[in-house]
Amino acid sequence: MRLAIIAAAALMLAACGEQKTTSTPADTSYQETLMTQLLDAQPGDIIEIPAGTFSFDRSLSLTVDGVTIRGQGMDKSILSFKDQIAGAEGLIVTASDFTIEDLAIEDTKGDALKITKGENIIIRRVRTEWTGGPKTSNGAYGIYPVQTKNVLMEENVAIAAADAGLYIGQSQNVVVRNNRAEYNVAGIEIENTLDADVYGNVATNNTGGILVFNMPNLKQPGARTRVYDNDVFDNNTKNFGHKGTPVASIPAGSGVVVNSNDQVEIFGNRITGNKTANIIVASVYSSGLSQDGMSEDFDPYPEGIYIYDNEMGGGGKNPDGLDLQALKIAMFGPMGALPDILWDGYVNPDKRDGAALPLTEILCVQNNGAEIVNFDGPNGFKNPRLAAGEHDCALEKLAPVTLTGPLAE
Amino acid sequence: MRKLAALLVLLLAACGSQETPPTFHSDSNPQQLSDWGMVTARDGALQLGEGVTPYDLATPLFTDYALKLRTVWIPQGAATYTANDAFDFPVGTVLTKTFFYPIKGDAWTGAVTYGVEHTVEGGAMSLSGYRLMETRILVRRADGWNALPYVWNDDQTDAVLKRTGAVIPLTLHRPDGRAESFAYVVPNANQCAACHATNANTKEIAPIGPKARHLNKPSTFSPAFNQLDYWIAAGLLTGNVSDGAAVQKSADWTDKSLPLAARARTYLDINCSHCHNPGGAADTSGLDLEPDAAGPALGRCKSPIAAGSGSGGRPFDIVPGHPEQSITVFRMETTDPGAMMPELGRSTTHDEGVALIAEWIARMEGVCG
Repeated sequence: MRLAIIAAAALMLAACGEQKTTSTPADTSYQETLMTQLLDAQPGDIIEIPAGTFSFDRSLSLTVDGVTIRGQGMDKSILSFKDQIAGAEGLIVTASDFTIEDLAIEDTKGDALKITKGENIIIRRVRTEWTGGPKTSNGAYGIYPVQTKNVLMEENVAIAAADAGLYIGQSQNVVVRNNRAEYNVAGIEIENTLDADVYGNVATNNTGGILVFNMPNLKQPGARTRVYDNDVFDNNTKNFGHKGTPVASIPAGSGVVVNSNDQVEIFGNRITGNKTANIIVASVYSSGLSQDGMSEDFDPYPEGIYIYDNEMGGGGKNPDGLDLQALKIAMFGPMGALPDILWDGYVNPDKRDGAALPLTEILCVQNNGAEIVNFDGPNGFKNPRLAAGEHDCALEKLAPVTLTGPLAE
Repeated sequence: MRKLAALLVLLLAACGSQETPPTFHSDSNPQQLSDWGMVTARDGALQLGEGVTPYDLATPLFTDYALKLRTVWIPQGAATYTANDAFDFPVGTVLTKTFFYPIKGDAWTGAVTYGVEHTVEGGAMSLSGYRLMETRILVRRADGWNALPYVWNDDQTDAVLKRTGAVIPLTLHRPDGRAESFAYVVPNANQCAACHATNANTKEIAPIGPKARHLNKPSTFSPAFNQLDYWIAAGLLTGNVSDGAAVQKSADWTDKSLPLAARARTYLDINCSHCHNPGGAADTSGLDLEPDAAGPALGRCKSPIAAGSGSGGRPFDIVPGHPEQSITVFRMETTDPGAMMPELGRSTTHDEGVALIAEWIARMEGVCG
């Protein structure tokens, strides 16, 4: 029976392979074939997705370790979920030693590609897209590994997610490189993750370009992220996230945003034209979350943030939100602009020996004279001040992330 | 070779038989449900095999108003009692859950309606006025539990293994006269595991219903007994259970003589905690809906982590006193696949379940600061 199924599947695959690559309308007959292949997969299998546009009405899922899913290219092998009636993702993978490459996942009702609780994950040249452009009704995440270890995300394209295009959550040892994220609320988001290198990416036309966040109520607080050599420009798309979600508080025009995370190094990037600010460093207190709803052990203060040698300019001209607009006008006049770096000024008053850390352990900036404004969030913006002089310091640089095991380079 | 042929003949004969005895298939997955011999449609009734015991739960999982008949069969030995988790069943155990609907109208047109679970008499449950949808098998093999979905055929004579699941268009007629078409979705084998792998780290799948607290109720099928006591008396359960009534007890969510909080927490337990537990698939959200969770973990004033459209534009999972501002209620009401909870097994809104949770939240005191 198994043989017969495999033979039938092979036949169908062969048939599919003969299609013209530009075939529309979508082919629905392929759903059963691919679902069966995913159910029957054995470690070591390579599941090839032929060229064509294939329609699915339910989620796909994979639970077997050691499987590769490979298409013919992100513009050739297209899994379309436009007609999806059930399932919170396009493809959900709960497995290790997983590789997915060279295909597209379009128009899912929820997340496009979610990978949970696996190790040694490669996501390469995958496109996730909501083809109607940025809309609140789009799914939340494009590419979404969560609670994973040893992960490489490279050369992917993520477009129009209503939360984050490329989002890595609660994970360890991650490289995110040479991807392109556009027209998402958050382009690339690193959340509650330990040891991430984010480089060579392009983030543009998102609401916020690259985010490094810690959220409360989760088991693992994140730390040690390096954001370098990225192009983060013109992330000025109006925030179309759902109210209540963490990213809904991101002001349109945010380049790189650090929130409540520790040991974040931002260097050698080109960050320009983000109309609120090119870099924002903030506490969860600036993002409107309930303090009652925060687990007691949560550390809401960003610390050990080191910003240096970025090319920045053209930001801060039209900040999003009344508070920041008022701040800009009060400090820099109606024709002025906020400086490249905004800090909300929240510090832990009781961090060490009953006192706060010195500012030089919280935020250091050595960036060709880039200016910082501390907007005095704790006192409701009462005494904002230019503060570059207080942060002229260096921090120990973080070690590069080394991918291990089958991902070692 | 001749032996093999003889064996094949025997097997074939078994397949053709109307009365396969209850059978443990230790590694193969029969194509027909009848080959398991657990529940068989015959003479206008669903017949239970010899030694196949029906059971029910204090509060069941909601599945688009489908009625369910659950059975347990243990060929050798007995399940071992555990206080909180599903009982530890021996290899060979077969659990079944059959989903069926009261038919609206005289003939089958895909129209279904509400009903109440009816009982098993003389080892059979009458099917008059009912439509069988699917039977899910959970079989405990040497390598662990396996989940297999079988979909009943049009003639309602047998069900066929459908590992990729199915979508069946139906129309639900509610008691107030509203009619709505919906897609009844039979899960694929991986989706079975999505709920039944209650520990998402080990990924081992396990039963969800047969836990002490859910079974601890007057037996529907042997009315003189508490159901746990009946399992012990019938030799299905061993271990340190001196008195079934002394263990934890899930509420019947419909029993208004019970405290509101107990009914609401049981409803959330059976519908949500297989994912929303500290080791479950939904621990990524930080929301824990097991019976002993409290505070932000239970959702009180808790901001969502990765809800996307599931937030419904609302600030916290639970806003005390305000169900209309609580994400939990939104996610139970919506039928948008990208926002709804549970993610699987529901295409309609459980109005009565939503009302229960809404009332529970409405009566909570305090504010989110």
